[in-house]
Amino acid sequence: MQRDALAALARRTAPVTQPAPPGVIAALRWACARDLRLALRSRSELALIVVFFLLVTSLFPLAVSPDPELLRAMAAGIVWVAALLASLLGLARLFAADHADGTLEQMVLAPAPLAALVAGKVLAHWIATGLPLVLLAPLAGLQFGLGADAIGVLVVALALGTPVLSWLGAIAAALTLGARGGSSLLALLVLPLAVPVLIFGAGSVESYAAGLGAEAHLSLLTAGAIAAWVLGPAVTALAVKIAHE
Amino acid sequence: MLDWLHMGGYGFYVWSSYGMLALAIAIELQALRRHRRAARRRAEELRAEQAAHAAPLRETNG
Amino acid sequence: MTTFARFWYRYASPASFYPLAGRLIPVFATLAVLLAAAGLYVGFFVAPTDWQQGEAYRIIYIHVPAAWMAMFVYLVMAFWSAISLSFHTRLSAMMAQALAPTGAMWAFIALWTGAFWGRPTWGAYWVWDARLTSTLILLFLYLGYMALRASIDDPRRADRAAGLLALVGAINVPIIYFSVQWWNTLHQGATISMTAAPKMAETMLTGMLLLTFAAWTYTIAVALHRVRSIIVEREAASGWMSRLASPERPPAADGSAPSGAAAR
Repeated sequence: MQRDALAALARRTAPVTQPAPPGVIAALRWACARDLRLALRSRSELALIVVFFLLVTSLFPLAVSPDPELLRAMAAGIVWVAALLASLLGLARLFAADHADGTLEQMVLAPAPLAALVAGKVLAHWIATGLPLVLLAPLAGLQFGLGADAIGVLVVALALGTPVLSWLGAIAAALTLGARGGSSLLALLVLPLAVPVLIFGAGSVESYAAGLGAEAHLSLLTAGAIAAWVLGPAVTALAVKIAHE
Repeated sequence: MLDWLHMGGYGFYVWSSYGMLALAIAIELQALRRHRRAARRRAEELRAEQAAHAAPLRETNG
Repeated sequence: MTTFARFWYRYASPASFYPLAGRLIPVFATLAVLLAAAGLYVGFFVAPTDWQQGEAYRIIYIHVPAAWMAMFVYLVMAFWSAISLSFHTRLSAMMAQALAPTGAMWAFIALWTGAFWGRPTWGAYWVWDARLTSTLILLFLYLGYMALRASIDDPRRADRAAGLLALVGAINVPIIYFSVQWWNTLHQGATISMTAAPKMAETMLTGMLLLTFAAWTYTIAVALHRVRSIIVEREAASGWMSRLASPERPPAADGSAPSGAAAR
């Protein structure tokens, strides 16, 4: 009789079968879709980043000289620095809002793989802030008198490089969660690490213009992009976990 | 002696370099001393706080 | 357990490392002074004058050790950060924290002496040479590490966040050096390479090596002193600190409290 009672007790307190935790792709898609939806609601904020980018590129001819030869030589570098600075602007919104209202903590505790959730967020972030820069680069290129083929190289380089910038920014943004220092600290952390991307990104256009071809630069950028997508999620997830200890 | 200090005309550059190194080391050693003093002071304050908290208990335990 | 492992575990706690560090500081400090004296003597009075650069080349005796130390200290910092992140140890993180300011100092000295070597030799204080530019970025990496640490209030969280940053930086350093080298060689016409150092006579090399070891022992002594202050700062609340004497009476060499304080 005791055994029956015990068995009944066991049945009543047996755990309900849990659904399997979300897989990597599902988590990624969910996080990406959510962040894109949130981004759509703050379209004006994103537009500001693009405007900032064009504003910075316009400042250089004003500050230096409108000499077409000089501008064409500096074009790639200016566009890349402007893209770098514009990407810094958008970084705060990657984790800040979710951190403030506790959603990020829920993501850390959730059964879904944090690295996948983070990857989804960064992908959405790049689509919202990086991709517009890539698409508007031709405009900046025209401002500086770059030829159509050079602009093509610039666009490809930016398409490969801006995700790397997003990942470097994501790591820095995660590390500075809950830290004082704001955007200048973020810039200090990101910019030195971004130097290789800057060198190979801007260098690709210059190399192409010099007749040496951009393949070497672009392949290095590709390698960087792959490394960023492979290593970025795990490192960023670790940084997010550290911020919630 | 003065010839040696002159460093064949390059005295300014040589001594600016070595001088800056000496200055940097001096600043670092001074900063170390200050750090040690501040750390010790902080530890003292904490210990005084802890003693102040423990004292009432010791009295009641008689 | 091997003797090495036993040694490691024994000194992994701040409490037991504190007196050991205190005993080691004078050893390394003395070594640093002796090696520096020897190196400077050889560098200035034994080594000949470079026929190409004149006496200005003597700056190289501190420029090269400084540049090398800046690089080496960052790697050691990253190593201790990796240990701290993997094994959740406090002392290794404190060690990384203690090394950073000195590493930054070496990077700054490398840049300063590089500029003052460049002016008489190449005509300009700054020539965007690959190695100097990489050292400049390395200085920014140090400053970023120190800034991140300073901006996080919780010491354990600061340890882990800054530790991860140091690791990310360390992995990036070769990439940065490579990319800057690439950038430099592509613009061969505009820049000059400062790595084309004067052909080194053996005495010059000896002087430089002696000063490199001097810089190394100096860094160890300074880092040990700084880590002791960090230990005092951070372990102040825990019990073993109260067994150390108050500042008026420094602890005995083996870390035991002088009689009187033991009554606590």
